[in-house]
Amino acid sequence: MNEETWPEEIYGLLRENGIEQIAYVPDAGHDYLIKRSIADPEVHAVALTTEEEGVGLLAGAHLGGSRGVLLMQSSGVGNCINLLSLPRAGRFPFLTIISMRGDFGEGNPWQMPMGQSTQPVLEACDVTCLCIDSPDEVGRTINAAITTAFTSEMPVAVLLGQRLLGAKVFAKR
Amino acid sequence: MADPNDGGRAAGKTATGTLDRRVAVKQLLDSLDDDVLIVAGLAGAKGDVTAAVGDDPRVFGFGGAMGAAASMGLGLALAQPDRRVLVVTGDGELLMNVGTLATIAVANPPNLGIICVDNEHYGETGFQRSHTGLGTDLATMAQGGGIGAVRTVREMDELDEAGEMLRNSNGAAFVLLKVAVNDPPKMPTVWDASWHKSRFRQALLGKP
Repeated sequence: MNEETWPEEIYGLLRENGIEQIAYVPDAGHDYLIKRSIADPEVHAVALTTEEEGVGLLAGAHLGGSRGVLLMQSSGVGNCINLLSLPRAGRFPFLTIISMRGDFGEGNPWQMPMGQSTQPVLEACDVTCLCIDSPDEVGRTINAAITTAFTSEMPVAVLLGQRLLGAKVFAKR
Repeated sequence: MADPNDGGRAAGKTATGTLDRRVAVKQLLDSLDDDVLIVAGLAGAKGDVTAAVGDDPRVFGFGGAMGAAASMGLGLALAQPDRRVLVVTGDGELLMNVGTLATIAVANPPNLGIICVDNEHYGETGFQRSHTGLGTDLATMAQGGGIGAVRTVREMDELDEAGEMLRNSNGAAFVLLKVAVNDPPKMPTVWDASWHKSRFRQALLGKP
């Protein structure tokens, strides 16, 4: 996959694997997936007010026999911590795709604390983390995450790094 | 037998509501179809549901993850558009993630209802006062969040209309039950969420 087409590759894999609920908070890194899911009449694109709502939503989807994914930025992981007890206590499948900030080449120091804490925090909450730093890793990694989330029924996070996404550009002083 | 409404940890506490929570929730749930799927928020709300319908596989009850009941109800309602889904939660839990009212309003599934049992206190932690006893109105917040069908119930004879709204609304519906502050006996509970999940799915989907 090249630089232009990997977001569509992610979307295609999500849909091929029966994901029908796509929960999101507005995010530049997930812009393509968000717009794509809103435009897809077969998908419930659910706008959240805070990321933790996505944890409850996806557990509810599973209770009802459906599959979902939570799209969020790394900063949103901190908002989810307590509710991650739900997939752990209930052994619910949980799949999240996280666009990283505070990672490779970050220019906003406010993003660094949560960005650098994202993976340790997720792992402390028993969420398996799979990182993607280049377009050619996208398909294999998303497939692996979907398998672990929905076949093993375990919580999984895919971290889209800033090497893949590109760091947000800030004006030079 | 001692009157459970007079004692326990709630002794001396006051609220503006006067409904008996166990009686009001049971009457409301009894008025709904037998196949309604129920998400019961932690603590008092789960006790109300268990007391009303018994230990029933169509109920998923929380033992923690405070704030998640309403969003779980939304995911379930979207996954099961042909079934009515009801969230029963308390004022304390709903206040913790009150933005979910806006999320539900925007998604607006016609099969989702929310009952908030509002005793104006945090019963589980020792009956400290909640914001709803100090001026916050969750029905107004539900309406402001964009939910179209909203009722506040203060009297038993208002329950019929609220039940009808929960049965027939063609968008998300919200009922605020203003109940007295009391400390009804604890209901037996199974804490294993994985077991609850599997039982719920087995009954609904025929597979765990």
